[in-house]
Amino acid sequence: MATVQFSGIVKKFGDNVVLNGVDVDIKDHEFVVIVGPSGCGKTTLLRMLAGLEEISGGEIQIDGLRVNELHPSKRQIAMVFQDYALYPHMTVEENMSFALRLRKTPKAEIDARVDEAASILQLKSFLKRMPKQLSGGQRQRVAIGRAIVRKPKVFLFDEPLSNLDAKLREEMRVEIAKLYQRLNATILYVTHDQVEAMTLAGRIVIMNKGIVQQVGSPIEVYRKPANLFVAGFIGSPTMNFMHGKLRLEGEHLRFTSGDIKLTIPPYLVHDPKKHDGREVSVGVRPDDVLVGRTAEGCSDKVDGVLEVCELLGHRENLYIKVGETRLQATVEAFFDRSPGSAVTVCFNYKNMHVFDKASEKRISE
Amino acid sequence: MHRIKKFFSALREDAAAVMRDPIQRRKFFKYLLIHLVVVTAALVCIYPLLRIFSVSLRPGDKLFSTDLSLIPDNATFVAYASLLKDTMFLRWLWNSLLITLATSFIGVSLASTAAYAFSRFRFPGKKAGLILLLSSQMIPAGMLILPLFLMIMKLKLMNTYLGMIIAYSVSSLPFSIWILKGYYDTIPRSLEEAALVDGTSQVGAFWRIILPLSTPALSIAFLFNFTTAWNEYLVARVVLFSSKQYTWTLGLFELQGQYITQWGMFAAGSMLVTIPVLAVFLYSSKWLISGLTLGSVKG
Repeated sequence: MATVQFSGIVKKFGDNVVLNGVDVDIKDHEFVVIVGPSGCGKTTLLRMLAGLEEISGGEIQIDGLRVNELHPSKRQIAMVFQDYALYPHMTVEENMSFALRLRKTPKAEIDARVDEAASILQLKSFLKRMPKQLSGGQRQRVAIGRAIVRKPKVFLFDEPLSNLDAKLREEMRVEIAKLYQRLNATILYVTHDQVEAMTLAGRIVIMNKGIVQQVGSPIEVYRKPANLFVAGFIGSPTMNFMHGKLRLEGEHLRFTSGDIKLTIPPYLVHDPKKHDGREVSVGVRPDDVLVGRTAEGCSDKVDGVLEVCELLGHRENLYIKVGETRLQATVEAFFDRSPGSAVTVCFNYKNMHVFDKASEKRISE
Repeated sequence: MHRIKKFFSALREDAAAVMRDPIQRRKFFKYLLIHLVVVTAALVCIYPLLRIFSVSLRPGDKLFSTDLSLIPDNATFVAYASLLKDTMFLRWLWNSLLITLATSFIGVSLASTAAYAFSRFRFPGKKAGLILLLSSQMIPAGMLILPLFLMIMKLKLMNTYLGMIIAYSVSSLPFSIWILKGYYDTIPRSLEEAALVDGTSQVGAFWRIILPLSTPALSIAFLFNFTTAWNEYLVARVVLFSSKQYTWTLGLFELQGQYITQWGMFAAGSMLVTIPVLAVFLYSSKWLISGLTLGSVKG
C-alpha cells in the first residue's frame, strides 16, 4: 500500500481554473473521502491522480515518487468508475482478469486472484455472464472486483454508488466499508453524498470551487466546520444560519438579527472585546433548535410561527418563521401543534457556530 | 383431409373475429396496405433481375422476345459455359475480387484509425477536416476522374492493381470515416480510461476495447467499400487498358461488339457477379441491421 501527496495542484481548462492549489496528504492505509458539490473539482483531482487528466501545476506523488508524467498504466492504481465502465464484450471473469492478462501473469495466479475476489464479492456464480446480464449492483461489484484483483497501491473510487437506487446504495456502502476493513488499503473515494462521506471516511476532504475547504475526521468537520461552506454542506438536514451583528454589552457579546437577540456565552467566543461590532453568521443545526416544552428552561427565547410540519417517523421536521428568518428544527415525532400556531424557540449554545460574515471563517471555539 | 378442413374453418372463424372488432379491423387493413406497398416495391426491384436471369437462359442472343416466361423454352446454360470457356471472365472476376478485397481492408483500416482520431482527440483543424470530408462526398464521381487519372499516371501506376486499389480506397474513405466516427462517439470514454488504468496504451485500448465493440459499424463500412469497388466502372475504364487486367465491369462491356452484342453471355456474367455481393450481404446481414440502427439510441 502507499501514501499519496497532492502539492499545490492546479488544473486549468483554457482560462477556467478548476483546481487552485490543492494540498492533501494521504497516509498509508487511509480511507479518504473527497466530498463537495458538483463542479468543485473533486473528480478532476481523482482523474489527475489516475493519470487521465493532465496536471497544469503542482506535483502528485505516490509513495514519494513523482507521477506527474507517468502513464496511467504505470501508476499502480485501480479505479472504479461512476458508470462501472465494464468491457461489454467480455465476461465478468474476463473483465476482472483483463489487467492481469495484460501483464502476462501466469494463468494459475490469475485464476486464484479472480476466484478470491469473486468470493469476497459474491460473484462466483456470475463469472461466465456478460455485463449486460447483470443488475446495477452486480455490475458495481464486478467493477470493484476488477480493481481488487490488481492488488494496486491505491484504490480510486469515482462516485461509485451514484447510479444505484437508495436501498442498494446503502447495501453497497456497507460492503465497501467491510471491504476496506478486509483489504486495509489506501483508498481515495469521491462522492457528492455527505452520508457516504461521513460513514465511510477516515478523513474527509471537503472541496468547493477548486479549493480545499477543510480536511478532518467526519466528527471534526461535523462538530467544528472551518467555514460557512463546510457548515452548510455537512449535516442533514442542513444547518440554520442567522445573519446579524455582535455587540459588546457589559462583559458579554450580544448577537442581534432582526427579532432574534442572543447572548453569546464566553466559552463559545473568546476575547469578546475583539469582536464588538463584527458582522457574523450564527449557525445552529436543526437538532439544536429547541422548541416547545424542551425550550421552557432557556434564557434567550424567541417567538416564532410554525409554518410546516414534516413527520419522518420517529422524528419530525418543523419549519418555523422568526421575524424574517426561517429556522428548521428536528424534534421528537408527534410535536403536538398545528401549522400557524405560535411557538417558543431557543438554541443549544454548546453546539452553536459563529462565522465571520466577510471572511466566512469560523470564529467560535 | 379432415385436418385441412378444420384448419380452414378455424382460419375463417379467426378472420370473422378480426372483422368484428373495429380496432383489430383497422390494424388488419393497415398491415394489408403496408404489405401491398412492400410487395410491390419488392417486385419492382426483383423484376430486372428475373429478366436478366431469363435472358441468360435463352438460346442464341435474343435480348428481345415476346416470350414472358421466366424460364424460356429450350432453356440452356450454353451462355454460362461459353462465358467461362471462351472469355477471360474468371480472370476478370479474380481481378475484381482482388482489388475489391484489398480496397475494403485498406479502406476500413484507414477509416477506423482516422475516425478514432476525429472522435477522441482535440487537434487544430478537426472540425474543418470533418466538414471537408463531408463536402468531398458532394462532388460527383465523374469530376474526380481527371485528377485521379493524372495522379495515377504520375505515380506510374496505370494499368495496375495498386493504382486501382489506391483510387478506390481513398474515394470511399470519407463515408467510412463519418460512419465510424459517429459510432465511436457513442462508446463511453470511461471504457478506454478503464483500459488505460488497467495497463493498456492508447493504441492498446483502441485495439482491445474500441475495435471489438465497433464490429457493426466496421462491417457497414466494409460492405460499403466492397459494393462500391465491386460495381465501379468509370475509374476502371480510365486506369485499366489491357483486357488481362480488366475488372468484370470492363470485361462484360468487352462483350458488347460493334455489330453484335452477346446478350446471353452478358446476362450470364451479370448473374454470376451478384454471387459474391450476395454472399457478403447475407453473411453480414445481422451486423448490418443492428449497425444501421445503432447510434440512434444512446445506451
